[in-house]
Amino acid sequence: MRSVMQQPFKTAVLILVWGWLLFLVLAPNLLVVGASVMTRDPVSFLSLPLNLDAYGQLFDPLYLEVFLHSLYMAGMTTLVCLLIGYPFAWALSRVGRQRQLILIFLLIVPFWTNSLVRTYALKLILATNGLLNSALMSVGLIDEPLQLLYTEGAVIIGLVYLLLPFMILPLYSVFEDLKQEILLASHDLGAGRLSTFVHVIVPLTLPGVLAGVMLVLLPAMGLFFVPDILGGSRNLLVGNVIKNQFLDARNWPFGAAASIVLTVTMALLIFAHRLSKQRIGEEGA
Amino acid sequence: MTQWLPRTYLTLIYILLYVPVVVLVVFSFNESRTGYAWGGLSLRWYEALFNNRAMVNAIWNSLWLALSAATVSTVIGALTALALHRYRFRGKKLLNGMLFVVMMSPEIVLAISLLALFLLVGLQLGYVSLLLAHVTFCLPFVVITVLARLSGFDDSLPEAARDLGASDFTMTRTVLIPVIMPALLAGWLLGFTLSLDDVVVSTFVSGPSYEILPLRIYSMVRVGLKPEVNALGALLLVFSLVMLMLSQWILIRSKR
Repeated sequence: MRSVMQQPFKTAVLILVWGWLLFLVLAPNLLVVGASVMTRDPVSFLSLPLNLDAYGQLFDPLYLEVFLHSLYMAGMTTLVCLLIGYPFAWALSRVGRQRQLILIFLLIVPFWTNSLVRTYALKLILATNGLLNSALMSVGLIDEPLQLLYTEGAVIIGLVYLLLPFMILPLYSVFEDLKQEILLASHDLGAGRLSTFVHVIVPLTLPGVLAGVMLVLLPAMGLFFVPDILGGSRNLLVGNVIKNQFLDARNWPFGAAASIVLTVTMALLIFAHRLSKQRIGEEGA
Repeated sequence: MTQWLPRTYLTLIYILLYVPVVVLVVFSFNESRTGYAWGGLSLRWYEALFNNRAMVNAIWNSLWLALSAATVSTVIGALTALALHRYRFRGKKLLNGMLFVVMMSPEIVLAISLLALFLLVGLQLGYVSLLLAHVTFCLPFVVITVLARLSGFDDSLPEAARDLGASDFTMTRTVLIPVIMPALLAGWLLGFTLSLDDVVVSTFVSGPSYEILPLRIYSMVRVGLKPEVNALGALLLVFSLVMLMLSQWILIRSKR
């Protein structure tokens, strides 16, 4: 090994990179963990003594209800994304090569467009005197405008709309890898369509499903601007609670504890994803 | 196998994905004030947009922030990717792990952790805090883009340069940088767009001294319908379309 003096470039690069990540990733995350076990203070935000009160507050019926409702909406969002995205990715992977590239491009165009603006566009459609209600009334399906905005459904629609590409892209990549020969082999061995689907296609695409779930479920609990614009005050996400605790109520320990719940959920999902990939690796070997 | 079913399905979903975007663009040319009914073709909302001093100011602030955040994250991200690709060093796994965590964490988790840090060290919330935060969440995306390019590249070229007596720095400058150039441009464009679009992190780490576009829009759309937002949205859409096409073009051209 050459010494530090002989490799100034390597040393400089490593110092810069490590410095950035330690200062702006590791340290802040440790701070949040620290904040979650401290006591709320109206002046300096945090004070001693250390305790687990913030975690206890998570089980306060009022907040527990918000969390469960948020989890329910995130779960529904993920389910809808999966139900739409799975056949979508499958169909996409069967299209001709050239057309596939164009379709993928079309899929990520909205993803590159400001998400606030797109959420606002949904408001134009869902409002009481908005386009959907006008359309339904003009064809005579309904007589009175439906209350679509400021409902749980509106929040789920908004989240699905923003997050669908994150479900489709990992699914598309596993369907791309799914070899036609495997399906033929399954058919030749006497498996019917349903049996092939359950025993071959589902297990082989499971890592993609879990990756998609991971990419949808967590943001679906954090994107606080979606309920702010579409959901009204009754359909809050965990993200809204965290934001309120940090920016309005100034209860940092509680906000930090809620954020740690999200991080732990993330860790569990990543673990499940790794596990499913390993299983396929072993069976394939 | 029947072809029409998957095709119809794909078409249907694409239509649903694009309806809101099309509605937005169409309504940006709407004369009517109420925002729901069609009142004839007009450019009045574009006019209103550009006559709004605070809005124009926020647009410039956002563009400047996106420009600087994309540039800084591209430089640091490229160096990180080079280090991960070429060097063996202690804690490489930890480094990789931290980048992965940044990419996977819900934005709000990153946002509050940075807010806590900035308040602890006493950094005034404004341009600098926004820049540090934006660079941090753009970084992993640049690293991945550049690493993908490096992994498809023959390692004998840098070795040859070294054998001919080039220093690490010279070799990086004359051999590696040209090779990863397309990835750098693509990473830069991605960073620029991510920065311009971010709402969650910016909500926490921005201060009154530096108002940026997403927060301006946010405060406008929370209360009701603002037709200027349609005009702004249409402009942003065209802008990101151009950026995206540019990055695709660069990537496709570099593969030839």
